[in-house]
Amino acid sequence: MRSGDTIVALSSGTTPSGVAVIRLSGPMVPDLLRATTGIVPEPRRLTLRAIGQDSLLDRGLVAYFPTPHSFTGEDCAELQIHGSPAGVKAVLRLLTQLGARLAEPGEFTRRAFENGKLDLVEIEGLGDLIEAETENQRRQALARFEGGLSSQIDGWRHQLLDLRAEIEARLDFSDEGDVADSLPASFADTIGALQGDISRALASAEHGRITREGIRVALAGAPNAGKSSLLNALARSDIAIVTDEAGTTRDVREVPLDINGQLYILVDLAGLRETDSKAEAEGVRRARLAIDQADLVLWLVAPDITNADAHAPERRPDLRIGTKADMTQTMGVDLHVSSHTGEGIADLLSAIEARGSALAGGEPALISRERDRMALEGAVAALAMAAIQLNAPELAAESLRIASQALERLIGRIDAERVLDRLFSSFCIGK
Amino acid sequence: MSDYAVIVVGGGHAGCEAAAASARLGVATALITHKFATIGEMSCNPAIGGLGKGHLVREIDALDGLMGHVADAAGIQFRVLNRRKGPAVRGPRAQADRKLYRQAMQAAIATQANLDVIEGEVDDIVVSGGHVSGVRLLDGRMFDTKAVVLTTGTFLRGLIHRGEETTPAGRMGEAPVLGLSTRLEALELALGRLKTGTPARLDGTSIDFSVLEEQPGDTPPEPFSALTAAITTPQVSCHITRTTAQTHKIIADNLHRSAMYSGRISSRGPRYCPSIEDKVVRFADRDSHQIFLEPEGLDDTTIYPNGLSTSLPADVQEAFLRSMPGLEAVRIVRPGYAIEYDYVDPRELRSTLEVKRQPGLYLAGQINGTTGYEEAGAQGLLAGANAALAAAGREALVLSRTESYLGVMVDDLVTRGVTEPYRMFTSRAEFRLHLRADNADQRLTPLGIAIGLVGPERTALFGAKADALGNGKTLLTTLTATPNVARKAGIAVNEDGKSRSAFDLLSYPDVTTADVVRLWPEIAAIPDPVIEQLVVDAQYAVYLERQRDDIAAVRRDEQKPIPDGIDYDSIPGLSMEIRQKLGQFQPQTIAQAQALDGMTPAAVTLLLAVIRRGDLRRAS
Repeated sequence: MRSGDTIVALSSGTTPSGVAVIRLSGPMVPDLLRATTGIVPEPRRLTLRAIGQDSLLDRGLVAYFPTPHSFTGEDCAELQIHGSPAGVKAVLRLLTQLGARLAEPGEFTRRAFENGKLDLVEIEGLGDLIEAETENQRRQALARFEGGLSSQIDGWRHQLLDLRAEIEARLDFSDEGDVADSLPASFADTIGALQGDISRALASAEHGRITREGIRVALAGAPNAGKSSLLNALARSDIAIVTDEAGTTRDVREVPLDINGQLYILVDLAGLRETDSKAEAEGVRRARLAIDQADLVLWLVAPDITNADAHAPERRPDLRIGTKADMTQTMGVDLHVSSHTGEGIADLLSAIEARGSALAGGEPALISRERDRMALEGAVAALAMAAIQLNAPELAAESLRIASQALERLIGRIDAERVLDRLFSSFCIGK
Repeated sequence: MSDYAVIVVGGGHAGCEAAAASARLGVATALITHKFATIGEMSCNPAIGGLGKGHLVREIDALDGLMGHVADAAGIQFRVLNRRKGPAVRGPRAQADRKLYRQAMQAAIATQANLDVIEGEVDDIVVSGGHVSGVRLLDGRMFDTKAVVLTTGTFLRGLIHRGEETTPAGRMGEAPVLGLSTRLEALELALGRLKTGTPARLDGTSIDFSVLEEQPGDTPPEPFSALTAAITTPQVSCHITRTTAQTHKIIADNLHRSAMYSGRISSRGPRYCPSIEDKVVRFADRDSHQIFLEPEGLDDTTIYPNGLSTSLPADVQEAFLRSMPGLEAVRIVRPGYAIEYDYVDPRELRSTLEVKRQPGLYLAGQINGTTGYEEAGAQGLLAGANAALAAAGREALVLSRTESYLGVMVDDLVTRGVTEPYRMFTSRAEFRLHLRADNADQRLTPLGIAIGLVGPERTALFGAKADALGNGKTLLTTLTATPNVARKAGIAVNEDGKSRSAFDLLSYPDVTTADVVRLWPEIAAIPDPVIEQLVVDAQYAVYLERQRDDIAAVRRDEQKPIPDGIDYDSIPGLSMEIRQKLGQFQPQTIAQAQALDGMTPAAVTLLLAVIRRGDLRRAS
């Protein structure tokens, strides 16, 4: 995170929506307003303007808040436009092309705060941000890509590590007997191949899995933990709309639900237990697989089942649900529900929704994909640079470092220690 | 009234730099060491500098430290490594004559103003009112002080392994040092255990150099120190031999007798300096490894075979050595060995190298889990300077990752700790293109001058160089040429109608100084070292520009302090994992907190919020 540059974000919720609010902060704001709306509007007045540069993207209300009287204390602006995903994406893309940068989670708040603009109550509220940001972020970013692609993305990490170790060995250990003076002949090809892979992923990144296929929520538990009843109760709720007829299979039943505009696929799994029946064992195997592939896992515990956790999956569930709350309330769970009386169903739906929206790192999926796109583009550009710098290895190394940094949100952080790990395992270093 | 403002314990590379830095800052300083005659001893290989390490030596020199000019006086083979690669990754290195090195270091210490050397053994550090207040020597002498810098190397539970034998090393186990160990134990600092090894020392008269590849030094040799006009010590060559299939067989057959492989040593050794046993086992597909035969001195026939560190018994060492070309009749002067020792987890330290739990106590060198003379010396300089600044009630000296390798090293140590002896590599510095050996003085000397760490001679020299660079840069940026004019002078540029300055033209990889001199003869008047540096600056200019925002961001975070004693458990919204990490490592700046595993931007924001709230509450 850094200040000094100009940041932009969609600050209203998930699109599609009636109105979308795009917020800007930083020194370039007046220039960006002039470039995209033709004017810098009178401060703190809503002005109706056409938005776009070469072509009209939308009409919307524009407000300008010059420093220091703004949310962040910097020059700020808000664009209130129509909440269509394509329109929002087009405006964000235009602004980033003109030099703004997509804000990191919490970055507006941080700037506000550094400029002394937040009071104590607001600061307390910052805690909520953390919920949205977990180590899972990387996994979730991966989940936005096609299934087959995510293992390929993991491969990128290895290829980048190999490339960096190979080149760093020549910089840091050129006086060692084991390190040849020149880079291997295949080095440029490996860079080229990686660049090609990422370019192809870039083409497919536009169609995120979650938007197309929905967020997969697995309902798991011991047999008779109340999975099917709960699924039915959720589907019956006023809050959720069953968008399609259930595509039932013998062991995994899926129900698509629309909760506040986001598609969720509830998956009812076979009960997990030891079994001698071959058919049931296959069901259990598939259930475990479905749990691994789910975006969210609900683990159901019923008061009338003893030792309910005996066959709990390895993956930690996102929510532990005590079912059959009308009988007795189970201890040690996050939520109590009764499919019979409807108790707790609304709470459960909002808990699912909260976690669902956190899957994209607490930001609308649209922004996440935009960020993925920028990450991939940054990496492709840096790799292209590295490929033409091979006779200046310290510059090629710098470009490879920039490429790993760009991909950080997808492949995880590659710091010096990781590069050295790889280096020492492939070269016999040691005078 | 204190006897000394600062007392430095230990006369190794860290101790010497610490004592001299403290004294340069004008405070009364004492260096307490076992024997004056062992000051400046090179206990491992007889070389200074290298990749990353050479950068550290230049930084020590830029802050007017000792190592650079001592190595210049003692160097008998100078080479700039990576000479054919870019300037950012070039590292000066020299073989040193051990005796000349000791003599030069002892002379530097003896002539340093404000510095007394006391021979003796420190038994305990005296603490009163929670702050260090003095030291007590074994012979009963007491000295009052305001700060102590401990640079005692591997003395904590040191244990030497040679084949089946083990011997307590250093002075551990003797009554005197127990006091010091007990003092450290009482602080309940987190300790770790490391291992390192050395090769046998060989009798050079028993080696047939005529069959070996010779590795001469550079001519002319390039000195480390800006104060050294030219190297006057006679220069010699190194030689290179190789392990053979027979060498590997002997080692493999005797693995069970190696301390490392028989399970007597379990602690972690450095991956970049494996024993020859390790190399043979882990890289079984290599049939040979290069071994560098390094001379230990001009009038000393001892040879240091670099690349052969081992903990095999002496008879096996002799057998495998004699299986190598040129060494068929070699005699061992002293067999190699491995040493295990405890180190203090450097996450116990502040960025000033002061122990968080013991105000007034500073640690530097191997005791912090590092290896190498250069790493030790650089830490010593920083610890000594900070001890002196604290004693004088002045603001601390904290170096940024963005401005020095020393800053990178200390930041790595205090935020990440170590799992193997920490050695400097250029790949550890994310701003490597900026942190070069050639511009160490421009990065650090102004800072050194500002706080009084740099003496008058270097101040004058630096002022003259800075002026020359400034004038040269002005000249290069004001002379401009249109594409047409540049093309006529044989410089290929795009016909885009844009005028380019001489500085711009020099940023192209294929444009040389001679090319721009053809266009503008007045450039020839810029002295060679000045124009060379300006060319480097020009070549990296576009990258440095790109990194400027990143550097500014790191700087800002480094400058955001986290007050001591924050109760992380009371911060709602932080994950359990992050709370535990923050509580355990007590980061002192936002930058350090950010470096912790699992830290997220939002968590950092929350942390900032809590700090700010603390300010607000204190203020109200």
